[in-house]
Amino acid sequence: MRYLPKSDSQRAEMLRAMGVASVDQLFSSLPDAVRLKQPLNLPPAFSETALLGYFEACARENATDFTSFLGAGIYRHFIPLVIDHLISRAEFYTAYTPYQPEISQGTLQAIFEFQTLMCQLTGMEVANASMYDGATAMTESCLMAQRLTGRDQFLLAETVHPEYRDTLATYTRHLRFKTRTVAFAASGQLDPGDLNKKLNEKVAAVVVQSPNFFGNVESLEEIAEAVHQKGALLIVTVAEAISMGLLRPPGQPGAEGNPVADIVAGEGQSLGIPPGYGGPVLGFIATRDRNVRQMPGRLVGQTRDQSGRRGFVLTLSTREQHIRREKATSNICTNQSLCALMATIYMSLLGKQGLREVALQNLSKLNYAVERFKTVETVELLYPGPRFNEFVVRNKGRRKFSDKKLWKHKLIGGVPLKWFSRKMKNDELLCVTEQTPKEAIDQLVDLYKIG
Amino acid sequence: MSTYPEKFLYTKEHEWIRVEGKKGTVGITAYAQKQLGDVVFVELPKVGDHFATNESFGTVESVKAVSEIYCPVSGEVVETNEKVVHSPELINNDPHGDAWLIEINIKKPAELEDLLSAEEYEEYIREEAAE
Amino acid sequence: MASEKITKASTHVSQDEGLLFERSAAGKWGVALPDCDVPRVSPEQLLDRKLLRETIEDFPEVTEVDVVRHFTRLSTWNYAIDLGLYPLGSCTMKYNPKINENVARIPGLAHSHPYLPYSLVQGNLKIQHLLMECLKEITGMDAVSLQPAAGAQGELTGILMIRAFLESKGNPRTYILIPDSAHGTNPSSAAIAGYQVKNLKSGERGCIDPAVLRTAMTDDVAALMLTNPNTLGVYESDLVEIIEIVHSRGGLVYMDGANMNALVGITKPGNMGVDVMHLNLHKTFSTPHGGGGPGSGPVAVKTPLEPFLPTPVLEKNEEGLLLYNFNRPQSVGRVRSFYGNFGMHVRALAYTLANGPDGLRQTTEDAVLNANYIRSKLQGVYDLPYSSPSLHEVVFSDKLQSKFGVSTMDIAKRLIDYGFHPPTVYFPLIVHGALMIEPTESESLDELDEFVHAMQSIAEECEQNPELVKGAPHHTRVRRLDEVGAARHPILRWKPDSK
Repeated sequence: MRYLPKSDSQRAEMLRAMGVASVDQLFSSLPDAVRLKQPLNLPPAFSETALLGYFEACARENATDFTSFLGAGIYRHFIPLVIDHLISRAEFYTAYTPYQPEISQGTLQAIFEFQTLMCQLTGMEVANASMYDGATAMTESCLMAQRLTGRDQFLLAETVHPEYRDTLATYTRHLRFKTRTVAFAASGQLDPGDLNKKLNEKVAAVVVQSPNFFGNVESLEEIAEAVHQKGALLIVTVAEAISMGLLRPPGQPGAEGNPVADIVAGEGQSLGIPPGYGGPVLGFIATRDRNVRQMPGRLVGQTRDQSGRRGFVLTLSTREQHIRREKATSNICTNQSLCALMATIYMSLLGKQGLREVALQNLSKLNYAVERFKTVETVELLYPGPRFNEFVVRNKGRRKFSDKKLWKHKLIGGVPLKWFSRKMKNDELLCVTEQTPKEAIDQLVDLYKIG
Repeated sequence: MSTYPEKFLYTKEHEWIRVEGKKGTVGITAYAQKQLGDVVFVELPKVGDHFATNESFGTVESVKAVSEIYCPVSGEVVETNEKVVHSPELINNDPHGDAWLIEINIKKPAELEDLLSAEEYEEYIREEAAE
Repeated sequence: MASEKITKASTHVSQDEGLLFERSAAGKWGVALPDCDVPRVSPEQLLDRKLLRETIEDFPEVTEVDVVRHFTRLSTWNYAIDLGLYPLGSCTMKYNPKINENVARIPGLAHSHPYLPYSLVQGNLKIQHLLMECLKEITGMDAVSLQPAAGAQGELTGILMIRAFLESKGNPRTYILIPDSAHGTNPSSAAIAGYQVKNLKSGERGCIDPAVLRTAMTDDVAALMLTNPNTLGVYESDLVEIIEIVHSRGGLVYMDGANMNALVGITKPGNMGVDVMHLNLHKTFSTPHGGGGPGSGPVAVKTPLEPFLPTPVLEKNEEGLLLYNFNRPQSVGRVRSFYGNFGMHVRALAYTLANGPDGLRQTTEDAVLNANYIRSKLQGVYDLPYSSPSLHEVVFSDKLQSKFGVSTMDIAKRLIDYGFHPPTVYFPLIVHGALMIEPTESESLDELDEFVHAMQSIAEECEQNPELVKGAPHHTRVRRLDEVGAARHPILRWKPDSK
């Protein structure tokens, strides 16, 4: 086996040196009754050629040369090739968690830069080294809000990604934790009337997504005012991180100078990470300095070595499971380090101008697509509130063409919202990014028109 | 001179209390800070909080450990030491003096009788260290 | 300071590099974006001004060359498996085969969207399905979910399933029993599932003592969480009896599969009577650690627990089409978005197929051979607190060296000067000053001998020149860092005035 760097005679030499008769003897602590008597029933070893062939064949069974209008939490963006070159350096991807700082400064400094970039992007003061994904980042930020406020009721916007809401429900089912949902208005944004009706002094936090699941940008400033009046926290989830290239970041004070979000938690996949069938992706949490002791996940801090040189270490670890065990802020024991590195490289390459430009291109595509769809008589554009790169159309009656017909044109439409709600059986969530060619938008609109 | 002031009383959880009338000042002992190593963070209760005997009223953290601090006798917190919150290193430098943690109104003075004298405490930590 | 005994490491050029932000200069950028083929809008035209930001304050402005140099220089400050032995006990730092990276990057796989219609993503589903079948065969369990993002999430999922199962029988119970040698994620996962934790004191041999368990195993106990082999690298010798005790009181047995690298192809947890377990694909199945993640922590269960698997569950319909079933009324729900860390599933399957049944068995044998070889060479040089037979890892302590004033941390740091990554230190908690060594199967005899030689040489240094060891590492880019200062006055981000 090519991954095992020993010859049989070396194995024998080692056994001799140890005074052990056979490898079998090393397993003598396993009772005979549980030892396997025959080899595992698995396919025989593949050669390198066969292995490549198998996975390439699998890839051919997927849609490969299609243009899709799928978004809803995973976005197709331009990814500079440099990212893959740099993360393919073995010193990054075959390294362990940086517990030994003297020989892990590369990873540690990169995470410190990631934390800084996420602060700048979200408008916050402190960000952690990353979480599994947007769903768990949002969930953990709710648990964090519970610890910060000592309250246990939560108001969750109905327009938060359904999979995020499901994840929150799974994590909190057996904890002291109550959740109510807040409805959305005709604009697609949070219904302020419903929010005010449900807000009271027992609420720990209000959770909204912006841009929300329908693609609408929330009026965070107004929401924050109502939330803070009751002493509750505002948690803002961002699933499309590119939007922060253009939109006022939730952590930044509003136009009136009042604080908006207390915690920003979301998904960073848009920042240079391929869709990857939904994983691995990149959760993040950012907040105010004063909340840092209740924040879950790893943190890197700057310090000095004995000779006064700047260096970085994992810090504030007493929050974590390996020290606090059942009293820890979270059971998380990894971060998405390599994905965080991808995002760090992406944000570096795009920089101040590039990220704004990408966001602007998304908004331009959105505007073009929306204007084109306004000319289609068989659909209604729902939720006219402000949008970024996603929008919802409702087919009046039956759609005139089948999915298969669409696929023949090498197009894949939006996400059918009937997957998430029976009330939305004719609705589709469409996403356009800088990667969606104008012709594809035109073609899709034409199909809607002529069927 | 002994490390452990004779007018203090001590607990087996390594807290000390200095009693003046109905008031008691509470901190952690020199032995406790040495076991813990460099203290990096202290969390203290709010003025007005009530604690029962042996109830945890805060935590002291080093880089790799967290220790609960327990109230030697029941009482109400009347003052907390903000200086030690800002400079946790005080606990290492002056555990029996500047690094006091809270001041309480002692509810049941009789509970003081269950605490250790300086001599008893020193004997106790000698045994603990030997284990 | 350089010792003649050091053979693997030598001084090498390491270039200084500031923070990315310190390279920034207004007006630079590092990408050529696609042309915008639709009319450009101005944001104020579409969005209220108060929804917009003016700029991303202090965001870097650098070019492609700046970025490549910056991160390449940073990378040279890291140790990595591709550089040598990485003996972190319980972390299983094995070689990450290169082909795994190639197949995971095949565009049709890497760029597939999770909401693709099933008929357009059968390739992905076949990969996941085959991996699930392989994991079932390897563990001897009946059903698998690939959804958990990492081992800790696998644990949480498993304990939630145990709770749901017991609830369906009428009583979820109150406690989870966890040995004192366990990983910290075990108690913290149990707490999220709403359980209280009861610690189980290890017996003299470092294993669970059936007599202690019998007393602790009351009718309020939902499950025992055990790691097998345990964190000392020792097979739980009374496992049959242990599982019997738990089952006889209506409890379930959860196995933390962190140490599965000692068992693959030799035995199956399912055959031992384990009810639920998780695997770490980034340990046993060679997916890269990536500097701390992403991991992947599939969970495997016996048939009675199958209805409680997280949604969605991968199934095959009558036409042979693979698809995800969301209609699972007894499910614990989902624990994250989408279907798990698919990229890790691809790599783990590539590893399994590259090895085949014989390769996997040989892998386990070599892992155990390597650990025992190190044990036999270092026994006596370092204190071995538990003499029970080792499988894939061995735990020493600093007892013999501490009399010279040298601690485990010093020995670990001195190993860096010899060109090795230190072992896991101060874990498991039941060993004072633990040095937990897991060489894995990926080491040649030469590399092992060099490591043994380094450890022997350090033991001599502890006697003859303890100050040398206490001041280590001497040859790294940075020396020991002030962790106390970092925690007392945290600096967690760069700011323009902190230059």
